[in-house]
Amino acid sequence: MARIYIDNVQYEVPEGQNILSACLSLGFDIPYFCWHPALRSVGSCRMCAVKQFRDENDARGHIVMSCMTPADDGTRISIDDNDVREFRAGVIEWLMINHPHDCPVCDEGGECHLQDMTVMSGHVYRRYRFKKRTYLNQNLGPFINHEMNRCIQCYRCVRFYRDYAGGRDFNVFGINNRIYFGRCNDGTLENEFSGNLVEVCPTGVFTDKTLRKHYARKWDMQTAPSICPHCGLGCNIIVGERYGSLRRILNKYNHDVNGYFLCDRGRFGYEFVDGPSRIRQPLSRHDGDRSDGSLKAVEKKEALDLFKGISMDSARTLGIGSPRATLEANFSLRQLVGAENFCCGMSEHEERLVSSIIDILRNGPTYSPSLRDVEMCDAVLILGEDVTNVAPRMALSLRQSVREKPMEIADSLRIPRWADASVRQAVQDEKGPLFIVSPMGSGLDDIAARTLHIAPDDIARLGFQVAHEIDPDSPPVLDLPDELGRFAAHISAALKSSRRPLIVSGTSCGTLSVIQAAANIAWSLSRTERIAALSYTLPECNTLGLRLIGGLSMTDCFQKVLSGEVDSLIILENDLYRRAEALLVKGVLAKCKHVIVIDHILNRTGKESDLILPAGTFAETTGTLVSSEGRCQRQFSVMPPAGQTQESRIWISDVMAALGKDSAVNYSTIENIASEIAREFPVFKDLTEVSPPVNFRVFGQKIPRQAHRYSGRTAMPANVTVHEPKPPDDPESPLSFSMEGYSGIPPASVTPRFWAPSWNSCQAVNKFQKEIAGVSTGGDSGKRLIEPLTTENGVYFSELPEAFNFDNTKWVVIQSFHIFGSEELSSLGDSVSQRIPNPYIGLNGDDAASLGKDNGCMAQLIIGNVSLKLPVRIIPTLCSGLIALPVGIPGLEGVNLPAMGKIMED
Amino acid sequence: MNEPEQSIILLYLILVGVLLTAAGLIWLERRLLGLWQDRYGPNRAGRFGSLQVAADMIKIFTKEDWIPPFADKPVFVIAPAIIVITTLLSFAVIPFAPEIEIVNLNIGLLFFLAMSSLSVYSVALAGWASNNKYSLLGGLRAAAQMLGYEVFMGLSLAGVIMLAGSFNLREIVEAQRNVWFFIPQFPGFVIFVIAGLAETRRIPFDLPEAENELIAGFHTEYSGMKFGMFFVGEYMGVTLISALIATLFFGGWMGPLLPPLCWMIIKTFIFICGFILVRASLPRLRYDQLLSFGWKLMLPLALLNVVVTGAIILAAS
Amino acid sequence: MLSLVKGIWTVFKHSIRKRETVLYPEEKPSLHPRWRGRIILSRDPDGEERCVACYLCAAACPADCIALQATQDEHGRRYPEFFRINFSRCIFCGFCEEACPTYAIQLTNDFEMGEYHRHNFVYEKEHLLINGSGKHPEYNFYRVSGVSVGAKDSGEGENEEPPVDIHSLMP
Repeated sequence: MARIYIDNVQYEVPEGQNILSACLSLGFDIPYFCWHPALRSVGSCRMCAVKQFRDENDARGHIVMSCMTPADDGTRISIDDNDVREFRAGVIEWLMINHPHDCPVCDEGGECHLQDMTVMSGHVYRRYRFKKRTYLNQNLGPFINHEMNRCIQCYRCVRFYRDYAGGRDFNVFGINNRIYFGRCNDGTLENEFSGNLVEVCPTGVFTDKTLRKHYARKWDMQTAPSICPHCGLGCNIIVGERYGSLRRILNKYNHDVNGYFLCDRGRFGYEFVDGPSRIRQPLSRHDGDRSDGSLKAVEKKEALDLFKGISMDSARTLGIGSPRATLEANFSLRQLVGAENFCCGMSEHEERLVSSIIDILRNGPTYSPSLRDVEMCDAVLILGEDVTNVAPRMALSLRQSVREKPMEIADSLRIPRWADASVRQAVQDEKGPLFIVSPMGSGLDDIAARTLHIAPDDIARLGFQVAHEIDPDSPPVLDLPDELGRFAAHISAALKSSRRPLIVSGTSCGTLSVIQAAANIAWSLSRTERIAALSYTLPECNTLGLRLIGGLSMTDCFQKVLSGEVDSLIILENDLYRRAEALLVKGVLAKCKHVIVIDHILNRTGKESDLILPAGTFAETTGTLVSSEGRCQRQFSVMPPAGQTQESRIWISDVMAALGKDSAVNYSTIENIASEIAREFPVFKDLTEVSPPVNFRVFGQKIPRQAHRYSGRTAMPANVTVHEPKPPDDPESPLSFSMEGYSGIPPASVTPRFWAPSWNSCQAVNKFQKEIAGVSTGGDSGKRLIEPLTTENGVYFSELPEAFNFDNTKWVVIQSFHIFGSEELSSLGDSVSQRIPNPYIGLNGDDAASLGKDNGCMAQLIIGNVSLKLPVRIIPTLCSGLIALPVGIPGLEGVNLPAMGKIMED
Repeated sequence: MNEPEQSIILLYLILVGVLLTAAGLIWLERRLLGLWQDRYGPNRAGRFGSLQVAADMIKIFTKEDWIPPFADKPVFVIAPAIIVITTLLSFAVIPFAPEIEIVNLNIGLLFFLAMSSLSVYSVALAGWASNNKYSLLGGLRAAAQMLGYEVFMGLSLAGVIMLAGSFNLREIVEAQRNVWFFIPQFPGFVIFVIAGLAETRRIPFDLPEAENELIAGFHTEYSGMKFGMFFVGEYMGVTLISALIATLFFGGWMGPLLPPLCWMIIKTFIFICGFILVRASLPRLRYDQLLSFGWKLMLPLALLNVVVTGAIILAAS
Repeated sequence: MLSLVKGIWTVFKHSIRKRETVLYPEEKPSLHPRWRGRIILSRDPDGEERCVACYLCAAACPADCIALQATQDEHGRRYPEFFRINFSRCIFCGFCEEACPTYAIQLTNDFEMGEYHRHNFVYEKEHLLINGSGKHPEYNFYRVSGVSVGAKDSGEGENEEPPVDIHSLMP
């Protein structure tokens, strides 16, 4: 600990910080612009000036930039000194000279760091009377709005976009006082993390274009803490609502998971909630004909009666769960239909991969790292995974991990790590070892030490060899080509010389052996006295949780239907047409006497069902999700489900009650379900402690979802009724749908927004951390379910696949993921759908040439019973002999990959 | 005047007269307050707002008679009745004219004091039964205030009693044939007026219902006719105290030319106007001032008055 | 004690003073121009809506009786999609007028707003918007702000330089 003196009062702060973050941690307010806790210090804005004194006898002192000055033992500063106050007021006045008179029409207004800092520094009157500089703006695509006039040249945007997120299509242009931040030409920002510019920019240059369509101020939004439903990483988000519609997603700081940043899919993928395919009313089919358009809206009561009638009429009912539904909803369904009739809603293939991942994580000695841990790893091997498109936020963490090893250079020069400009100067282009072995190029290739594009089976073989190089006890690969052998030796050498190696793999290759190879490597590393991290990406937000509950596979389920053993299905938030071939699903649905769907989106499965119960989306659901890390986190509804919609879990408990089941009461509240789950599955023993209990109160008060300056309370419903209705109750969480309640800092998992007096922007998160960029004041959020068995060594897998052998006719069709498009829900949104690529058949240039195809030529691909006629896209990095087919994008749902395919001759 | 029929007719006449006066006072007070505050007061219903009372009656009778679910119901209902009953009973002993009097009680003055002491139950019980912190505080204040002011109210009258040599109000009036007692008993008169103000809980002594601290004090939870009874009770109290002042200090019905009843009514009316004038002019006391004023100033003064009066009478005899 | 009596006497002397009351329905009061009565939304000198839907009036409103939703036209000019004031809750404090950065929301001299049904007090934008600029007749927010909105492109507002040429290398 270092002792520092601030305005002659002594404080203790941890060593190795700069004065700015030390002071902010202590709760002092020092204005700043260019400094960002994740981007660190460059000292360019001159805003965070403080006066430093040599010792207690020094009365004059000298002005220093607090972000550039270490808070060493004995440092003596003044924040309140008149000279620095004037200095800071002068600086903000310069910065504000060209700032336009925009606040009323600026989307940042009310949550603007520049506004906060201007007020904080006491610049209240504009003396500048001359003409203001203006710029032309660019169209930066469907996500980001550009308004350059507002720029104060703090450089945070480029530092984030280029240095932190690795984007190439955005830069700073011009000289003198004509500095311009933008793209070379108009066009969509390509980086997957461009949305963070909204939060990084201290003023309104970059604002959320999706929010602009239905703008509401920060103080007017009802907000709740939630978990992103768009991939398996479980990033924490703050969801904002106004007038019953979802307005925007903001990052919710979670030290262990997403930190300060989100990916664009998570931030902008929310529009499906109020999209055209949303179901708002129970729908029922009155005639027997299962064709479009014969679904009619019914009332809730009638829907429950119909449900009852159907269950009386059916001999055996299967329930199909969903990896995008909450743990509670899935478990309730399992209890409704019985454990033996519950299907986990994944294809058999996927289910097998996920099971093996769970076995590896539960029974092996390696731990699955949080995203924070990923950032700290100093050597990374990615096996067969396109992290940028499958679990995008992890790619951002991996980008930081390659900076971990070169930090040694900075350390040896005694440059503090927070001095970002100096560190980058010292490190130059030096990068830590990151190896990518995958079937085709991925978003991280630019920072990889080496990449190799080979077929999935070869990836596994290489992986086994790497493990063997590290630990000779693991099974060797005998007939490995020399080139791969050398590569394996290179990788293993790098991993062995690292302190915290990380292996990333996942289900994208669709090959069990790749998953096993990754485990072998991690296990072999952990035998060498290292903390080896092993991370598997998973495609959906609750895949892991659902698999821990278990159930029949989809294949079994279909088998039972087709054999007539089962005559009705209850499908929970799951589009079967995305899980299996259309023909098969159609047959299964047709064979069923009754199909009941509980979902919020009217998809193909829904259109062919007999009864649809309208469920709540993540914004209307309180429930628990398990991330691919094994972290159990609770999401809270931000608004009560409107009209006839209800959370899936509530529908199921209503149905149980309607059927007169005695156990219905056990599934009526979230806490009851949680304790039932914990009782049935020991792995979920901490489930009830994931968030504070329902009856949690601070000073007897709930935590309000609405800000204390929430406006329009007496006018919002006035066009319907002037008798202001009572705000809806929320019996299922410690949060209330009201502006009344505890306004201090609640536990982290139920923090609905970041706001502190005089900190209206998202930078208020500083006040919610024990120390800057450290853990939250409100404690941990989420519980890790799976911890490694450190006593075990792990039994090496030894089933080696055959080497890939291409015979020019049988192509292996692999999955190609797209951040926009591969995920079901986000693709339904208006903005994200503009970024979805058209379906294509991806081919290596040589392969395409041998087939006589060029970019854009149509080709016909046959996979089993499926025939696809699509344009060819040449992917130079794709391994020869493979065909890449985009996953899940409209038109290509339900193709189970990897599979063997055939290209038809014209 | 001893025939029972006559006495019953008289009883009803006085009853109706007192109630009508109390109702009329509602209008009169608002008009007079308006006058002294350079306003009009009620002037819309009827000529000079004369039908205001009727309008108020209709309103108050048709309002929802609400008893809060948390209240102590029987007590809550009885409380407003007590104040009306005790005040009305006090009128029984007042000689309006030589022939107009319901009972000629030889302890008339004591009866009045007893009744006025009982009326505090109304307020205290209303505050208690409302089961609400403001009401309870109002009720407690009323009780403490009554306790303090009741004592020297009785003492202030001791001089009158000594001079008249009787508790009988008629005899007291008769004893003023030569000189009205407000001259020999001026301190007693002043003290009685002050005590009377406190007795009726009127400004500046309306702490039990101090709006700015206690919402409406003991009658916060009351509405409709139950509230109306407190209201009417207050005005009857004003009438009663005014009538008593006239009787005890200003020669009651005695006066030249006009018939005795007229004199009584005129004198009473003047004191009623005086009460209203006080309300129009003075601010409310602070609670501790109220109590220390009563115990530390008024009580010694009243005692001194008794001693001096006694001494003079002794010396004179 | 004497002061009390003097006070009572002073009040008593008011018996013969002239009454201050204005007998309202027969006799109309004269209102100050800054009287805070019924709220309106004004238009700028070009005849466009002045309101830019910044939500500041709603935030300033102590009765929370203003609700609106922002939207924008094809040129990016922001205006309220709906604008609702619940006058049965309004306390006519004028905070909304003070908060308004564009002089759009203004309080007028009209206070005679009696209604028999509360829902008649709910005014939507079509009831609030007038065809004039009310107070501050010259002010046009979009001329002084930095955003480009159809009629005015970047750099064409008051006190604005033309847009910078970022390709210029001139110092």
